[in-house]
Amino acid sequence: MEFLFDTSTMLGWFVVKTLIILAYVVVLLVSLAFILLADRKIWAAVQMRRGPNVVGAFGLLQSFADFLKFAFKEAIIPAGVDKPVFILAPILTLVMAFITWAVIPVAPGWVIADLNVGILYVLAISSLGVYGIILGGWASNSKYAFLGALRSTAQMISYEVSIGFVLITVLLLSGSLNLSVIVEAQAGGFWHWNGIALSPITLVMFPMMVVFFISALAETNRPPFDLPEAESELVAGYQVEYSSTLYLLFMIGEYLNIVLMCAMVSLLFLGGWHAPFDFAPFTWIPPVLWFVVKICFVFFLFSMVKAIVPRYRYDQLMRLGWKIFLPLSLVAVVAVAGWVTFVQGGA
Amino acid sequence: MEFANLLPVIAFYLFAGSACFCALMVVIARNPVRSVLFLVATFFSVAALFVMLGAEFLAMLLVVVYVGAVAVLFLFVVMMLDVDFVELKQGFAEYLPLGGLLAFVLTVELIVLGATFRLPENVVAQVPIDPGVSNLEAFGLVLYTEYAFFFEAAGLILLVAMIGAILLTLTDKKGVKRQSVSAQVARTPKDGLKLVDVKPGEGII
Repeated sequence: MEFLFDTSTMLGWFVVKTLIILAYVVVLLVSLAFILLADRKIWAAVQMRRGPNVVGAFGLLQSFADFLKFAFKEAIIPAGVDKPVFILAPILTLVMAFITWAVIPVAPGWVIADLNVGILYVLAISSLGVYGIILGGWASNSKYAFLGALRSTAQMISYEVSIGFVLITVLLLSGSLNLSVIVEAQAGGFWHWNGIALSPITLVMFPMMVVFFISALAETNRPPFDLPEAESELVAGYQVEYSSTLYLLFMIGEYLNIVLMCAMVSLLFLGGWHAPFDFAPFTWIPPVLWFVVKICFVFFLFSMVKAIVPRYRYDQLMRLGWKIFLPLSLVAVVAVAGWVTFVQGGA
Repeated sequence: MEFANLLPVIAFYLFAGSACFCALMVVIARNPVRSVLFLVATFFSVAALFVMLGAEFLAMLLVVVYVGAVAVLFLFVVMMLDVDFVELKQGFAEYLPLGGLLAFVLTVELIVLGATFRLPENVVAQVPIDPGVSNLEAFGLVLYTEYAFFFEAAGLILLVAMIGAILLTLTDKKGVKRQSVSAQVARTPKDGLKLVDVKPGEGII
């Protein structure tokens, strides 16, 4: 049996990698269950409600109960839908959401695929995520779903541009597309983190962190940019016709993308797995925990925005993306490039 | 063959096969939306082939630009068009001779090319210029030094095309209400609010 786990052979490598990926997926899914609960709890707390509190202590098992409910209900496929595409769309959303996590380094050396083009990979796969939504909306053969899909696609394409430019500022500063290298470049206390460093360039990078955060909200269709599923106008947008497991796949994919964006904010701007102070007792805490804490912090901001900010009108959303964020991030790219070339003396 | 050498071979034939199959399905598929989907799958398979060649930067660019942007716009247009299949088939017989001729010429050309093409004996294997340099750096070193002027000229041409497209569609419509954020923010209770003491039974005129 031991030859199966010997990473020097191709077979052993294959088996070990598969096991690691499986473990990673399970950990992600279980954390997702609690993150979903946290989202509802925070939302409820802001509105002075209690939120889910019946299943398990403090409602801790609510997400698992929901999961069972979704999984055991009948999947209704309406007449008139394009059946293969209708089923393919949620699966695509989920798969795209999962494979992006392959390049996210959670601790030094803890990464499934340490790509040299890590950031570009994240950008590429997140642009593929549009297909799940647009196909789901089209295949449903329903006006609401179709309108939601069109809105969502236009929105995601618009905000991807500014996200791309913000990513360029970060990779100019660290001189690499590899996410592990980008995190390593921020080592040594919070005053070295890209977003809040004690350096004049932070005057550019901090606004860029905010732009990235807001664009991430728009990219993941979170409130206040949830026009694709605005219930007052489109019932539920592209998800209208979906039920049971197929709907569940959409939802898991969406939340995975949200957590991914939180992870990206902490990797690019908040120093990833690094402790805020590079001396004991902060360095006793394992890096992976710091990373999780940062993800949770950014996710808390995500939920607070959802609870506090009212929904944008569609033209306001487009205006924000194209007329404010795009020029702003473009100027930032020029500024950071100038800083790197003339002040730091080339990267 | 050893297992270690077998895996890349399997992967190559898998991606190459799926690229060919999907390219064929783009033409054969009856539903135009599905055609676009197969086109996306073709792009994706080709990107995978790029990765196998060690050109991961090109692969990612292919996915970001073609799959993420161009094909989405295709899909948009095709979905909105609502193509009428009956009408499409009516023209089939009319265009058959011309299409057939084109297909015949192309096939002959491909056969002639395939029969005469030989790789030069001294061809270098697909290795990057310097194995220590990453894809991105290799591209940058060539694009921004040797070909800097061509690169910038290409950028300028795209800029001109963009300005042209905007000019063609830009019309100054009269009577369109636009949002002015500065005017909204500058509003005070003084000029936005009017308190009226309404007498009972009279109302506001």
